[in-house]
Amino acid sequence: MQDAREALMVQRRSDGTVTRRPLSPHLQVYRPQITSVLSVLHRGTGIALAAGTLLLVAWLVAAASSPAAYRGVAGFVGSPFGLLLLFGWSVALIYHLLNGIRHLVWDAGLGFEKGEYHRSGWAVVIATGALTVVVWLVGLIAW
Amino acid sequence: MAGKDSDQVRTMRSPLGRVRGLGAARSGVAHWWAQRLTALALVPLSLWFIGSIIALAGADQAAAAHWAGHTVNAVLLLCLVLATFYHMQLGLQVVIEDYIHTEPSRLAALLATKSVVMLLALAALISVLRLAL
Repeated sequence: MQDAREALMVQRRSDGTVTRRPLSPHLQVYRPQITSVLSVLHRGTGIALAAGTLLLVAWLVAAASSPAAYRGVAGFVGSPFGLLLLFGWSVALIYHLLNGIRHLVWDAGLGFEKGEYHRSGWAVVIATGALTVVVWLVGLIAW
Repeated sequence: MAGKDSDQVRTMRSPLGRVRGLGAARSGVAHWWAQRLTALALVPLSLWFIGSIIALAGADQAAAAHWAGHTVNAVLLLCLVLATFYHMQLGLQVVIEDYIHTEPSRLAALLATKSVVMLLALAALISVLRLAL
């Protein structure tokens, strides 16, 4: 036994002999559902946002450094690739924010009925799309 | 009858004895709470930040520095940076603990993550302070 957590995989039959518990089926066995897909997306967007903080740090450091450094960062963000990154960052942030609120509501013990978590899931998807469109419309008008 | 499976267990300790002391050992709730509280703080802070960067779209360094140098904005930026990187470290820790099972690599990944998060957070905090002070 290499890993101590293996202990949880071992059980004894009623005659005392040792056997391994069955593993639950892996991810690819299941049909994607709104609940599981959004759960995976929450983690995925969280990891993406962690990478996205590089942009936040670069922006703050540049603002505190010099006009030239700031122009460099602003130029990168304003380039086609930079705008694509910024768009991805905004979608990830808005999704993670809204689905995070959904998680906080669950933590309060609410919204666990099947109909409720399906509705809240789709609400998050729709609100993410709507808020992203609004943010970019306002942003592009302001720019 | 000892089956083939029994070869995999080479200890007299019971399964319960082996797992005792592993896991959260009552400290896990602090991690859980910190993740939720930073999440709660990040809801208004993120919305404020999105609104702010929209307002700053196309601005030059002087305008951005002037905005970040305002005390209210600087305080909120510091809160945003602290909550973001704390929340991010807690989240990445869970991901690493879920997927990396061998102890040396897991420890290395956790330490590397914490180091990078610390460096990024300090760079952001120092920058905000430079603009504000």
